[in-house]
Formats: sequence, structure tokens, C-alpha cells
Amino acid sequence: MGKYKDKLEKGFAITVEIAPPKGADATLPLEVAKKIRDRVAGVNVTDNQRAMMHMSALAFSHLLLDVGAEPILQMCCRDRNRIAMQSDMLGAWALGIENLCIMTGDYPTLGDNPQAKPVFDLDASQLIRVADQFSKGVALNGKPIKSFKEFYVGAVFNPFYDPLDLEIMKAEKKIDAGARFFQTQPFFDVASVDSFLAAVKHLNVKFLVGVTPLKSEKMIDFLNHNVLTTPIPEEAARRIITASNPEAEGLKMAAEFVNAVRDKVNGVHIMTVGQMESLPLLLDMIDEGHKA
Amino acid sequence: MIITKQKALEDILKACRDAKSVFIFGCGDCATLCRTGGEKEIEEMTQILHKRGVAVTGTATPHSTCHELDVQRIIRLNKEALATADAVLVLACGAGVQAVGDSVKKPVVSGCDSLFIGNSKRQMHFYEKCSVCGDCVLNETAGLCPETRCPKGMLNGPCGGAIKGKCEVDTSNPCVWIEIYERMRAQGRLEELRRFTGPKDRKAARKPHRLENE
Repeated sequence: MGKYKDKLEKGFAITVEIAPPKGADATLPLEVAKKIRDRVAGVNVTDNQRAMMHMSALAFSHLLLDVGAEPILQMCCRDRNRIAMQSDMLGAWALGIENLCIMTGDYPTLGDNPQAKPVFDLDASQLIRVADQFSKGVALNGKPIKSFKEFYVGAVFNPFYDPLDLEIMKAEKKIDAGARFFQTQPFFDVASVDSFLAAVKHLNVKFLVGVTPLKSEKMIDFLNHNVLTTPIPEEAARRIITASNPEAEGLKMAAEFVNAVRDKVNGVHIMTVGQMESLPLLLDMIDEGHKA
Repeated sequence: MIITKQKALEDILKACRDAKSVFIFGCGDCATLCRTGGEKEIEEMTQILHKRGVAVTGTATPHSTCHELDVQRIIRLNKEALATADAVLVLACGAGVQAVGDSVKKPVVSGCDSLFIGNSKRQMHFYEKCSVCGDCVLNETAGLCPETRCPKGMLNGPCGGAIKGKCEVDTSNPCVWIEIYERMRAQGRLEELRRFTGPKDRKAARKPHRLENE
């Protein structure tokens, strides 16, 4: 069993997102990974997130393993058909990658290669089932896989989706298909976490709630218009806009949030948007808040 | 019907190369309704080409230009006008262009881009609802096609990105999964939505398609 699964199943897991670079040199993100590898349960590796071209998530996950960090490999359905997806799963096994986080993926026209052919041969629920069958030694075509291991498979959940019932129905399908954990979109207040947990308490799955440290009014605008389906709550936005040092305030708010939800959820998933270098400091602040 | 739009005039002229004269085919069916290749558009194109120094030796508007035997019949009827044309311009969908091109022994010029199979709500407003995938799921989705009306072709629920009921890819479109959910709920069929839908059979979409019924 991997460290990530162990922490998530038995206690409280902190995971962080590190994007592969847009170039051949992965030194910078790997330096960050080395600093945090022993302080987090796993490192989520994004798969050409927001339909923007980056280094292969599979290759970068391998580099993470080399520096002693445990990768959670994201696989999205946008760019590869069922042959390529299964092929990458075999490759992941061979490289020692045990955790998969499966999602549909953003549409190409929203990214940096808008003319690209969208694949979407499988949807996320179907790919989760493929990964689950793989873990039992069966390929999508029903044929046995000669040598196989187990994947720890998860998915994503949007707690702000309206109608939430529909998102929950889909989550139930994903759990039936083999999802063991869900990462959520970022929360910016504890009350929303409470109402979300009440709505999903019947689901037998581990939840890592999303955390994104805010750093500026510009970033709030960007997230509100490009990433989130529900705007950032006014109180959180006000704290950033009125802070003398918005970046420090954002990290403080994120650390406060993590410690406020620590006993309510199975884990947190930290997604820094363009401030990966702040991760060690944020983890320090979380630790300090937890001890206090 | 097949929804088309006319190519830019300069692109049509470029494709005509050095032709000094053309014969124009339209289509009495889809391209007429799209106003891209009906009799009126053929007349307009004739005037434009005349001004640009290209003579039009004749025109024809088959009932449906994808009906190959009918197109062959019309080619025979217009033998002389076609003989004097350097090229044949077709204002119809890609199927019509090929029906003409396969039978007329002249360079064929496509005057339209074919966009999609569309439903029309009112004149000149067309909406794609079926993408002829060959593996229909409409019986499982309350008669709304997620393969076509969801850009990601989600089969087991929404992608989760809709904002106020609108698709994140094009916010002028509703999220079809919310529409499916609402229709299922109104019809008391929500339980059906819990059913897992497996991967689509993409070999049903292998091209070129052929259906030869006896």
C-alpha cells in the first residue's frame, strides 16, 4: 500500500498539486517536490491542465518517484483514446505509479491549442471502471492482463454544482465504478464545507477538499471567470483585497482553513495557482496552526 | 438536413483556377433551405461571376443533389451547356459536390462548407442535435443526445463545469445533462439516470459508411 492511500484511509492526508513544466527541464518543480515530499501524502500531477500543453504527466510522475515523492497521476479523457489510456496505465504500473485521479478534462477550445481534435473516447466514469478492472487483471476488452498490480483510483467532485443532486448521482456511479477518493474544487469558507459534507455523508468514499491560497484581486477575478462555477465568497475576497500583503494573507487564510476542516474531512488537496514555490511555507503555517 | 455555408467568394474563384466559364449546380433540398445553393443563390452567383469575367454556361437545381441517378440524368439533359464549361461549380453540401464530381467529366468546384446535420427552429436558424454516431443512446437519455449536445460527449452525467445551467465550453448553450436531468425528473424517471453507460462502439462510426439494403 502506498503512503497516500494509507494516510487517506487511516488518517488525514495532505496532497499538493504540482504541474509538469512547459519544457524539458523539470528542475524547478522537482526542487519544490524534494522540499515537501516528506510532508505530504502525495503529489498530484496534472494532465495538460486547462487544455494547455505541458510535459507528459506520466513522465513527470516518474521523475517525482526518482526524487522520493509519491505521485497521484491525473488522467484526463481529452487527448487519448481507450488504447492509449490503457497503454499509459500499463506504463504507470511499470514505473511504480500506484495512484490515479481520473477526470474528463477541459475542452481544447479553452486551452492553448484550440484547433486540436478532442478525443473523449471514454468519459471519466468509464475510465474509472477501466482502471478498476485493470486492478483485477482484466482489460477493457475483457481479456486478461498477464501481470498486474492494483491502482488506487480517485476522481473529482464539484461541490458547487447546481443541481448538486445530479453531481451526486454521477459521483455514486463513479464510486460503483471503482473510485475510492474524490478531490473537490477549492473551498474558501468552512460553512460551505459543512453543508457539502451533509449532502454527501451517505457516500462511502474519501473526500479531499480543495484548497487554493489566494494572492491578489487579479487572481480572484481570474478564478471567478475561468475556473470556478461559483464565485469566491465576499468575506474571503475582502480579506485579500484589503490586506497590506495579500499573498501572505492568502497563505494565512489557507492554513487556517486546513486546520478548521482537519477533523471534518479525510484530507485536503492544495492547488496553488502559479505559486508552487510557496508550498513549503504554507505547510509550515499549517503545522504551526495545528500545534497551536 | 445538411447545414452549409457558402465559401468566401475569393476562395471559390481561387478554386475555379483559370476557368473562363462554369456550369453551376445547386440543390433543391438542404442548400435551398440554407440559402446557399437554391435558385436565388445560383442567380446571385451567376451575376457575381459575370462581373468577375467568368461566364455561366448553364445552371441546374436537382431536387436533391445527393441523389446520384437524378444528378446523372440532369447531366445528360445539360450535355451541351456542360460541354462548353471549363469547370462545374456546385453550391451544395459535400455529398452533392461528389455526386456531381463523380459523373461530370470536368473539374468540380465546391462552393460551400458542410457544417452539420441540423434541425431548424425558424428560418436560417439551425441547431445540431444528432451526429449520426451509429450507436444511439437516446432511449437512455430521455431523447436528448449527449454525444452531440455535450462537447465532451459525456455518457454518465455532466462534466461538472456548467455555470448557471450553461455549458462551460460555450455559455450560449444549455448543459444538455441538466436538460436530461430535468426532463427525467419531470417524467418521474430519475432512477434511470443511475444506470452506468459503457463505452460507445466507435466502430459503428467507421468511415466511409455504406448501407446496401436488398
